Amino acid sequence: MTRLVYFAWVRERIGKGEEDIDLPADVTTGADLLAHLKTLGDGYAHALEHENVIRIAINQEHVEHDEPIAGAREIALFPPMTGG
Amino acid sequence: MAGAAPAPVIVRVQRDDFDVAAETARLVAGGASAGAIVSFTGLCRDEGGRLSALELEHYPGMAEAEIERICLAAVTRFSLLGIAAIHRVGRITPGQNIVLVIAAAPHRHAAFDGASFVMDYLKTSAPFWKKEHFADGSEGGWVEAKDSDDTALEKWS
Repeated sequence: MTRLVYFAWVRERIGKGEEDIDLPADVTTGADLLAHLKTLGDGYAHALEHENVIRIAINQEHVEHDEPIAGAREIALFPPMTGG
Repeated sequence: MAGAAPAPVIVRVQRDDFDVAAETARLVAGGASAGAIVSFTGLCRDEGGRLSALELEHYPGMAEAEIERICLAAVTRFSLLGIAAIHRVGRITPGQNIVLVIAAAPHRHAAFDGASFVMDYLKTSAPFWKKEHFADGSEGGWVEAKDSDDTALEKWS
């Protein structure tokens, strides 16, 4: 099981802030994860429609979409940040 | 003694307001080697009366860790004597404080640059998001990231 966490409009569109999910063996990168999640329902498809704007963090550190996700405890998906 | 101690790095994410004078005093307590302190306070604008509040969301744990990484990079790069970064979350109304950065250094240029560096990176890589609430009672959208915030980073590369 992998813990997924979502923030801001990604969270709102998916309809939950976090979940534990079993990932298929062929989901090996962040990009694979986005493609897989988009098959899980309309909320996911809407949230992740524009994959290039989605930011990914593994174990609370920013990563690129091609980063391997093997061994990740927590994967976060969120929009570009607007703090400060 | 003061030269041997590591530069203090104060990072907090909190719902409550902060006191600039108290945070500044805390940052430089125990030393007199700082000749310059620059503090930056970011506030919530009313956007011409349109906005009633901002709702700030963050990624607990990563937000603090990311700000700390940025602060440590600033200490190394500008030889700061201390750095504080405090970011508020929750509902914030126009005129209220959102973020505070204080940089202490022997001389002014390093203090200005240190505070500016931390703010530029905080805006683009610390996981916070703002949602607008309008004065007419409607819920606005999520604030969009600005390209100008990304280009601001170019001066540090």
